[in-house]
Amino acid sequence: MVRFCTSVLIMVLLFVALTMSGCNQAKDDAIHIGVIAELTGDIPAVGASCKNAAEMAVKAVNDTGGIDIGGKKYPLKLQIEDSAGRSDQAASAAQKLITRDKVIAIIGPNASSGAIPASEIAETSKVPLISPWSTNPKTTLDPRTGKQKTYVFRACYMDSFQGRVLAAFAMGELKAKRAAVLYDVASEVLKGQAEVFKATFEEKGGAITGFETYTTGNKDFTVQMTKIKNDNPDLIFLPTYYSDVPLQVQQARRFGMNVPILGSDAWGSHDLLGLCGKDCDGSYFSSHFSANSTAPGVKKFVDDYKALYGSIPDDVAALTYDSFGILFEAMRKSGKPASEDIKNAIQKITGFQGVTGTITFHEGSGDPEKSVVILQIKDGEFKWFADIKP
Amino acid sequence: MAYISQQFLNMLQLGSLYAVIALGYTMVYGVLSLINFAHGDLFMVGAFLCFVATAKLHLPFVPVIVVAAFGTVLLGVAVERLAYRPLREAPKVSAIITALGVGVFIENFTLALSPYPRHVPEILPNISWNFSGLTVSSIQVLIIVVSVLLMASLDFIVRKTRFGMAMRALACDMKTLPLMGVPVNTIIALTFAIGAGFGGVAGTMYAMAFPVIDPYMGIMIGWKAFIAAVVGGIGNIRGAMLGGYILGAVETLAAVALPSTYRDFIAFTLLLILLIFRPNGILGVPKTLKV
Repeated sequence: MVRFCTSVLIMVLLFVALTMSGCNQAKDDAIHIGVIAELTGDIPAVGASCKNAAEMAVKAVNDTGGIDIGGKKYPLKLQIEDSAGRSDQAASAAQKLITRDKVIAIIGPNASSGAIPASEIAETSKVPLISPWSTNPKTTLDPRTGKQKTYVFRACYMDSFQGRVLAAFAMGELKAKRAAVLYDVASEVLKGQAEVFKATFEEKGGAITGFETYTTGNKDFTVQMTKIKNDNPDLIFLPTYYSDVPLQVQQARRFGMNVPILGSDAWGSHDLLGLCGKDCDGSYFSSHFSANSTAPGVKKFVDDYKALYGSIPDDVAALTYDSFGILFEAMRKSGKPASEDIKNAIQKITGFQGVTGTITFHEGSGDPEKSVVILQIKDGEFKWFADIKP
Repeated sequence: MAYISQQFLNMLQLGSLYAVIALGYTMVYGVLSLINFAHGDLFMVGAFLCFVATAKLHLPFVPVIVVAAFGTVLLGVAVERLAYRPLREAPKVSAIITALGVGVFIENFTLALSPYPRHVPEILPNISWNFSGLTVSSIQVLIIVVSVLLMASLDFIVRKTRFGMAMRALACDMKTLPLMGVPVNTIIALTFAIGAGFGGVAGTMYAMAFPVIDPYMGIMIGWKAFIAAVVGGIGNIRGAMLGGYILGAVETLAAVALPSTYRDFIAFTLLLILLIFRPNGILGVPKTLKV
């Protein structure tokens, strides 16, 4: 009994000590902004890009003395939490940022699997959350009321839109009539993209020859590829994460399938080029951002990023940068540094010139209006191929 | 016809890998009645050693296999010496928890060194042969042939050599064996070494066939190989080989006949049903009969 009591006591003391240690923050007049990124787990490259762009955006503002709200300059402070690419950790990170760090707004998580649970917490705690990369409708939609969440926004376009554009692109530019789809059934985003693609492709008169799936962690796609090959498609659509793409493309090529391969925004990491090598050459995918775009501000962003981190920013970095851009713009217009005023200001943003395109929000919706970029992999590089406006 | 043979080949490739990994589980269980949950992670370490040997050291094929096998053998023996041997007299549950802990440790250690997925460069030029629609790649042939050779040599060792006899005796009665002058610790260490080495070779072959590797790759494969070992009858070496091919076949057939979403679901349901009727696995013998 004594031993039991002592261990309980020690645990309580440890818990109190650990929670107290976070309490003496937030007393300066710095404004705290939370970031939830996938620093470890399945997609660490996504988390790393997000963290880099976040630090760069905040540093740029702090170098000018802070952000100007209602005539006063406030320095900014970043609180970065790791979601490990998992839903439960994303939710607890959001909880921690809001209750312990008292952040005024949250940027992230990027993956929808984390963004959906984190957005629930942000919505109930009335803290604005902007997910840079989450394309799933459920991130901004409240499943209970069927209405849009009021405190949740995203900097990217949605799955449904992306799936529609890709199906139109496959039939139009690539002249595909018979498409096969292979996707990761464990990911809501990818499943959404695959389903919308299928629906649009069939609606426009095309045939889906195979609709194959796998679960995260599988590396052997030989069975699915053999099935796909047997039906003779003239295009393969792979809404899969960049770490799976090389294996799938390679196995398709190994079975002698030389049809065009189309991917979604989940391909958009420069690591893909190193992982895939020559096999991916000639493939297309939709993206949020092209580093060789001539839009205003892009060159400066790319140069600054390259100078700091030595690599070309990918779409997560660009979207994170734009999420901060949207947030800063809203903070300047909000009049006072309060979560509710910032939320109201974001809803009124029109024609914000970001590095991923012109972003406009409409009252009552967290989903912006913007264009889709189609990139092609060529000679070991991502090359701009087409810009598709809504 | 070509389609069916192609799927049969896919099945053989998958089954061979499962079988080789399953041997590691079954051998350790056979001598110690311990489920070495870290075995899937040894497989992962084998794949990473293959990556280091090819991408960083630029070694050719045979040295790559040697580096991967030798590295995992050392790790396997070290794990046995440091984590399992001190707990040999402890309750079984503690040993199993330790095994899980060692697995998580190895994963996170690799994660700390390299959180990103890695691309393993081609070691052997990939040649594809085409027989009227059936595509056979050199890597598939390599995996199947090497696996069969490994399994045949292990079967020979266990059945025909003094070491094999000692291993079988250890499985029967660990208390009496030292009295017969058998160095029990050495036999156990050698068993771990062989199991780990097989895991390492399987990891290398896997990395050659599916050249994007990450620190979590061993978890699912490890579970599946463990299940293959249980289906075949854990502790039984021929059972593990049989179990590997059965699991490979069930998984492939499930994905061929039904939407691939149901692949694991169907595979595992069938295995559960099989275990209801043969709780000791296909070739397993109930423990009580041995007394």
